[in-house]
Amino acid sequence: MKLVSLEMGSGGRLMQEFIKERLLPAFKNRYLQVLHDSALLPAGLALTTDSYTVDPIFFPGGDIGTLCVNGTVNDLVVSGARPEYLSLALIIEEGLEMSSLERILRSVRKTAARNRVQIVTGDTKVVPRGQADRIYINTAGIGHMVGRPQPEKIKPGDKILVTGTVGEHGLAIMLARNSFRLSSRVRSDCAPLVFLLPLWKKGALWMRDITRGGLATVLSELADRISYPLLVEETRIPFSRALKGAVEILGIDPLYLACEGRALLVVKEGDAGRALRALRNNHASGQAAIIGEVQDKIGRKGEALLRTSSGGLRLLEPLTSELLPRIC
Amino acid sequence: MTPKKKSPELFAEWRSGSTVRNLLKTISGEIIAIKRPIRIMEVCGTHTMTLHRAGLKPLLREAGVEMVSGPGCPVCITPDYYHEAIINLVTSQKNILAATFGDMTRVPTARGSLQTTVPFPGSEIKIVYSPEEALELAGKNPGKEVIFFGAGFETTIPAIAHTVKKAAEKKLTNFSLLAALWLIPPAIEAILKSGEVAIDGFIYPGHVSAVIGQKAYTFVAEKFGVPGAIAGFEPADVLLGVLSVSRQIRNGRPEVSNEYRRVVRTDGNPLALTLMAEMLQPFAADWRGLGRIQNSGLKLKPAWKEYDATTRFDLKLKPSRSHISGCRCGDVLKGLIGPLDCPLFARACNPDHPLGPCMVSYEGACLIEYKYSSGEKKK
Amino acid sequence: MCLAVPGKVVSLEGDGTGKVDYLGTTVLANLSLLPEVKVGDWVIVHAGFAISRLDRTEARRTLKLFKELEKLNLSD
Repeated sequence: MKLVSLEMGSGGRLMQEFIKERLLPAFKNRYLQVLHDSALLPAGLALTTDSYTVDPIFFPGGDIGTLCVNGTVNDLVVSGARPEYLSLALIIEEGLEMSSLERILRSVRKTAARNRVQIVTGDTKVVPRGQADRIYINTAGIGHMVGRPQPEKIKPGDKILVTGTVGEHGLAIMLARNSFRLSSRVRSDCAPLVFLLPLWKKGALWMRDITRGGLATVLSELADRISYPLLVEETRIPFSRALKGAVEILGIDPLYLACEGRALLVVKEGDAGRALRALRNNHASGQAAIIGEVQDKIGRKGEALLRTSSGGLRLLEPLTSELLPRIC
Repeated sequence: MTPKKKSPELFAEWRSGSTVRNLLKTISGEIIAIKRPIRIMEVCGTHTMTLHRAGLKPLLREAGVEMVSGPGCPVCITPDYYHEAIINLVTSQKNILAATFGDMTRVPTARGSLQTTVPFPGSEIKIVYSPEEALELAGKNPGKEVIFFGAGFETTIPAIAHTVKKAAEKKLTNFSLLAALWLIPPAIEAILKSGEVAIDGFIYPGHVSAVIGQKAYTFVAEKFGVPGAIAGFEPADVLLGVLSVSRQIRNGRPEVSNEYRRVVRTDGNPLALTLMAEMLQPFAADWRGLGRIQNSGLKLKPAWKEYDATTRFDLKLKPSRSHISGCRCGDVLKGLIGPLDCPLFARACNPDHPLGPCMVSYEGACLIEYKYSSGEKKK
Repeated sequence: MCLAVPGKVVSLEGDGTGKVDYLGTTVLANLSLLPEVKVGDWVIVHAGFAISRLDRTEARRTLKLFKELEKLNLSD
């Protein structure tokens, strides 16, 4: 591959290859090696960073401001850390309306307050017209560990949970960019996952927020990381009715649609029922569900298998090509 | 009485494990009576998709039915030189706006793909999701020549024809169609005539059939003695089609059965057919893999030549050699081999580095196999 | 190539188009290929065009068939 392609940043296989083949060898150290969502540093600290280039910058259910705080907060949470401080770096295209910028900053402030994180440092750059698409934001987050992911302890019988309906952010963005003459009630699921922190002490062994590449990509990554295959039941995956309608019309596979406020958890078998009840009792995760389990009877190591509603088996692969709706 | 179809779980019965199991069991019974496994070909990317996504192929194999994919992907069977003609135009002239479907832009050719093409200053390539969107682009860009590169079978052809008609009604002077319009029954006939692939029966595409009706396939049963069934796209629909074909084989009575009666009428959609006849005429088109087939393609009639990009821009659609040695898309499209039999599959050719359209199109057999099959393939 | 979903016509826009509802998502579809379509009809929409009407009686018939198959297999 001689030129950087769009797909390299899409969150799927090509990006994973890029990280493994070019980034890891360039920056050899034991913190990076682990490739968690955050780096787990000495003194019990976790550090993470993300850049936000979402288009459009305002969409049903949120905007780039809510996204840049929730996204980084969530990366810390799923790594076992309580989010405490954030940096905020803005790259703004010349000509952006001040009212839009203020709206975004208001979102950042509100979302940070909601998550009890403080924006403590930042940077502002303005680039000439045409050299950025309205605004790009980078946030880095830091916090203390309250738990620790233990994927090495995952064994057959441990349950796989999702914290709510999946795919809504990806679909909301897709529809905001191009209406396809559709009108839909789908809104981004952009939200913080801080409510998951107590689960680190209640049986959670591994968590990942479901972002680009969708649920299928995260399941595939989980399967790669542990020693046993996974089996997920299609009928147990929660989808909202609004999403179901739109994806069937557009011919998109909802398992590959991004979320921005949903997580996948692996919970010890004995604690799974309690964890589910705790999630369901919380307004933010009322639709949480156990969607499958780690097992050693069907499939091979490294395989994330889906049992379809029709009873067939399907292998879940990471996202490979940019998701464009089919028409024919 | 409210029909079950109105419930939020619209297709629950058509997808449920128990319906599928019952159908498979019944099919199994027929195969036992036939005393040998059978091979059924489907010619529709959406059928291929259902078979893989629902995990039906292995289940059918266990029941004694081998499903084979035929030329069911319009993007796949459109030869490279159509794309190359557009690429030539867009890179050599200004103010050309080429509009086409997403997966069309990723088809690799000797000149690269539309996606990687750098247009002449002032020209551009845009992805659209319906033919009408291309029409809207023409309206909004009066200074540009909009060429809609539209590929499709009979399901999509009426929509494309209608769009050209609307362009004429609006008296647009900057809109034209590069048509890659393909007809299913002639392709089926060509496959049967060649005798290269052993097929015991066909599953006919449900929505193509909604347009062309049931009689279009009569020749398969009467002239060739091969059974067939029109089927819809839910897992249970496909299995109903397979069941019907199995029964036809068992009883030795080939016919064209309609297992999608909720959508397909015997005569199809007469209005759509009239529109097609009004605007389009058949010609001997060259299909990727299948070669030249008589009366298998449709092009705009001379009365509409203003809207025909081939005459408007004097496009040379000349067959050229395939540029990828080893690419066996043609054989996959004929049903001669499956994706797993292609030496490039999942190695040199995969979704991130596709070498042929079968790995690019959402309806492509290779892409579908890669994405959904239960991984014997890789690593 | 046959990707299409069934939906209910909820409004006619007068210019040959109409709004079709599928599970709460509404699509603006071209209805010119189905001239006598009315609000309340169920149609199949492909590439932005309604190409066929859905016959609910036939749908019910198929559902009945599924039930019969179940009984048949249970009695084996």
